[in-house]
Amino acid sequence: MNTVSVAIDIVEHMFEYEGMTGSERVQALQARITQMQRRTLDERALPTLPPLAELLPGGAMRAGSAYSVIESHALVMAMLAGPSEAGSWCGVVGVPDFGVEAAAGFGIDLQRLVLVPNPGDQWLTVTAALVDVLPVVVTQPRGRVNEADAARLAARLRQRGATLIAVGPWPQSEARLSVETGSWSGIGAGFGRLRQRSVTVTVASGADTGRRRRGRLWLPGGNAGLEAAPRLVAVDRPEGALPWDASGSTDEPLLRTVV
Amino acid sequence: MPAPSSSARAIVLWVPDWPVVAALQTAHAAALARAGDDIDDGAPVAVIDRGRVYACSASARTSAVRRGLRVREAQARCPELRTIAYDPVLDARAFEPVLALVEALMPGVQPIRPGLCAIRARGPARFYGGEREAVQRLLGELAAFGLRGCRIGIADGIFAAEQAARHPESISGAESISGTESISGAESIHIVPMGEAARFLAPLPVGILGDPGLTTLLVRLGLRSLGDFAALDAAQVRQRFGEVGAHAHALAGGDTTSGITPRAPQRDLDVGIDLEPPLERIDQVTFAFRTAAERFIAQVSAMHEVCTAVRVSIRSESGQVSEREWQHPRWFTASDVLDRVRWQLQGSGSAAGALSSAICRVAVSPGSRDAASNHEEGLWGSAPDERIHHGLSRVQGLLGHDAVVTPVLGGGRMLAERAVLVAWGDREPADAAASRRRPWPGQLPPPLPARVFSPPRPAVVRSPAGESVTVDERGRVSAPLAQVGVDGQAADVRPNAGRPNAGRPNTGQAADAEPPALLVPQLRAVTAWAGPWSVDERWWDRASARRLHRFQVVDDTGEAWLLLQEGDRWLAEARYD
Repeated sequence: MNTVSVAIDIVEHMFEYEGMTGSERVQALQARITQMQRRTLDERALPTLPPLAELLPGGAMRAGSAYSVIESHALVMAMLAGPSEAGSWCGVVGVPDFGVEAAAGFGIDLQRLVLVPNPGDQWLTVTAALVDVLPVVVTQPRGRVNEADAARLAARLRQRGATLIAVGPWPQSEARLSVETGSWSGIGAGFGRLRQRSVTVTVASGADTGRRRRGRLWLPGGNAGLEAAPRLVAVDRPEGALPWDASGSTDEPLLRTVV
Repeated sequence: MPAPSSSARAIVLWVPDWPVVAALQTAHAAALARAGDDIDDGAPVAVIDRGRVYACSASARTSAVRRGLRVREAQARCPELRTIAYDPVLDARAFEPVLALVEALMPGVQPIRPGLCAIRARGPARFYGGEREAVQRLLGELAAFGLRGCRIGIADGIFAAEQAARHPESISGAESISGTESISGAESIHIVPMGEAARFLAPLPVGILGDPGLTTLLVRLGLRSLGDFAALDAAQVRQRFGEVGAHAHALAGGDTTSGITPRAPQRDLDVGIDLEPPLERIDQVTFAFRTAAERFIAQVSAMHEVCTAVRVSIRSESGQVSEREWQHPRWFTASDVLDRVRWQLQGSGSAAGALSSAICRVAVSPGSRDAASNHEEGLWGSAPDERIHHGLSRVQGLLGHDAVVTPVLGGGRMLAERAVLVAWGDREPADAAASRRRPWPGQLPPPLPARVFSPPRPAVVRSPAGESVTVDERGRVSAPLAQVGVDGQAADVRPNAGRPNAGRPNTGQAADAEPPALLVPQLRAVTAWAGPWSVDERWWDRASARRLHRFQVVDDTGEAWLLLQEGDRWLAEARYD
C-alpha cells in the first residue's frame, strides 16, 4: 500500500518541477528518492518544524539518530519545538545557560522539558540514562567524544527510538547543522531593537564528505519562533553603483527575493 | 417522638472559655521559656477577634466584660484587662491533647468545636459502673491534666446534653429535675435522666437554638421558650419555617435521632530506627533503614492510602537534627523513601559521603497522604510517565536531588530571575504564576536570547576613542558604542571547517581549559546597538536595590549580545545565538 501511494505521490510531484532548471530538478528528485528510501526502513520520523524539515536529510528529524548542532542554541530550540509541541518529553543535559524563556517562545512545552544543567564528568552516563526514557535529548559533550562511546550510544538510540542532538561536534551524526551568517534586523546605530535574524543554516549530511544543503531561515522570526525566509537567488549586478550599497564590496553576489 | 434508647445518650464535655484557656496555656509556655514574668491565673484576660471580645476569663466577666464588646469598652470597664489576639488554629491545636486524653478513657469521641466534645455514654457507663462514675473519673483525669472548671452534661442527644453542660446553675435551683453535683468546687456534672430531655429543655429560651433570624421571629410570635416552640405541630412548623425550622423544632423537642459520629483516632505511622552504635557511612545508614522504610510503606498501603510527601528527620550523635519534607510527583515506594534519606544525608547536590558526625537516629513520618484509589493506574497503565520518573530518579540518585530540574516561568526583570528551576519531584513554587502575571515594566520584549548567562559574564565596551562607555544619571550614553568584548567569548571558539572543535562547554570549565589570564577579552567592532533601557529595581530597599542599563549590541560577526551597564562595570547578561 505504501509503495503505491508513494509512487502516485512521485508522479504528482513530477509536475511541480516544471519551472526549474535541469540541475535543480535532478537535485529535487534525488531528495525525493532519498526520502522514499528512508521511509522503506523501519524508522520513525519526528514531527519537525517545516522550514527545518526541508533542510534535513530524509525530510524530517528521525527517531534513533544523532544530530550535531554547532554554535546555536536557537537552532537547538527550533529542533526541539516540533517534537515538544507534539507532546514528546525533551531533556537537556549539560547546558547551564539554556534560555528557558526563549525556549518557551519557540513553542517548547516547559512542562515536558527536563534540564540537567551541571552533570559534570558524568554527562555521558546521564545522557544515556535520559535517552532510555525521553524521546529527544540534547547534550553538550564535555571534551572530545570518542568513537566507541558514540557507537554505544548510537546503538542505544536505535534501540529506544530516541533522538540525540549534540551541541557541538558528534561522531557518526546523521547531520551536522550550523548557522553560517546571521544578520539582525530592527536595530541600528543607537536605535531600534533586535527583532528578527535571517540566517543561513547549512546541513552537512552523511559522513564529513557528504552533501551540503543550505537554507535561509528567520531564527528567530517576528513571532520569536522559526520561520522560513523568502528564497534568494543571485542576480546580475546592474551597471553603476547602488544607492544603498555603501560598503562598496563588489565581489559578493547580489541577492534578490524570489516570490 | 421516637422512644429514647440508651444508644442516643450522650456525654458532652465543655471547657468554659476555651479560647482563654488555650491562649493562656501558650502564654504560660512562652513565659516559662523566657523564664521571666509568669502570668497570674486570676488576672482578667480577654481574647480579641477583629476588635471585639471573643472570649474572656471569669475574673474579667466579674468586671462586666462580655463577649462581643469593643476592646476599648472592655478596657474601660476593666482597666487591668490583658488582651490576647484570637488564633483559631492555636485553639484547635491546644484542644487536641484533651481529646486524646478523653479517648484514652472512653472511645467514640466526636469533637464539636475546640472546647466542646461529645462522647457516647452507653459504653463508659457500663464499663465504669454508671454514668456518674464514668464522668467523675473523666473529670478527675482532666483535673490531673490541669484543666479545672470543666462541665459535663449527660442527656438524650447531643443538643440536650450540651445545654445540660452549659446551664447547670439555671437548673440547680429548687425545682431541679435532676441533681447537680459539685466536685472540688467548680466542676459540675449535670445528668438529665433518660426520657426527660424535652422536659429539661422546655423552660430554656429559644435563643439557644443558635439561629438569630429564626429566634427573633419566634420571639415576635410570642414563643419565648423551647417548650412553647416544641408544642407546635411538626408538619405546620415545616410548612411555615422550612427545613431549618423543622430541624430546630426537632432539637427543641429533645430529638435523639442524631447520633454521635466518633472521629477515627489517628494512627501513629511514624517509623524510626535507633542506630546503636551510631553509623558513619551513608550506605550503612540507608542499608540499616531499608526494612524500616518497607515497613513504613506497608503500613500506609495497609490503610489503602499512599504517601505523596514524607518528612525525614535525621539525628546525629552531636545532637544535630536535620528535618526536611520531600515531595513526590506520584507516590512513595520504599526505595523512594530510601533515596530521600540518602539525599538528605548527602546534603544538597554533593555526592561525597562525608558526614559531620555519626548518625544515631533516622525517622520518617507521612507528610501528606491520599486514598490509594485516587492514584490507581488506568486500565492500560500509565507506563510512559512512570518510566520517565524512574529514569529521572536514577539520574537524581547519581547526581543528587537538585541536579534534575524542570523549568517554570516566573516574574522578574532579569532573565535569570524569570526562569525558576524546580527539582524533579518538588512542587513548583506557588507564587511563580502569580508573579508572572504582574506587569514587570522594564522586562525584555521578544525575541528573547537563547543563551542566558547566570551569573553574567564580565564584558568590555569601548567608545570610538577607545574609552570605556558610561551612562550618566539621566540615562545618557557618554559615547556611541564602538567595540565590545565579552569574557569567555574567546574561550568559546567558533569551529571552522578545517579545525574540529572539541565542543568545550562555555562556562565554568573555561578555567581548567585555559589559563584565567584572559583579562581583556578580544574586542570586536560594534555594527549596531540600541539602548540604554534603564531598570531601577527595589529602590526602596538599600540591600537589594539595583540600577542598571541594558543594551543590545551586534558585533561584526553578526552575534548579538544583551549587555548590562551597572555602576562602572559592563556585564553580558545573555547572548542571542
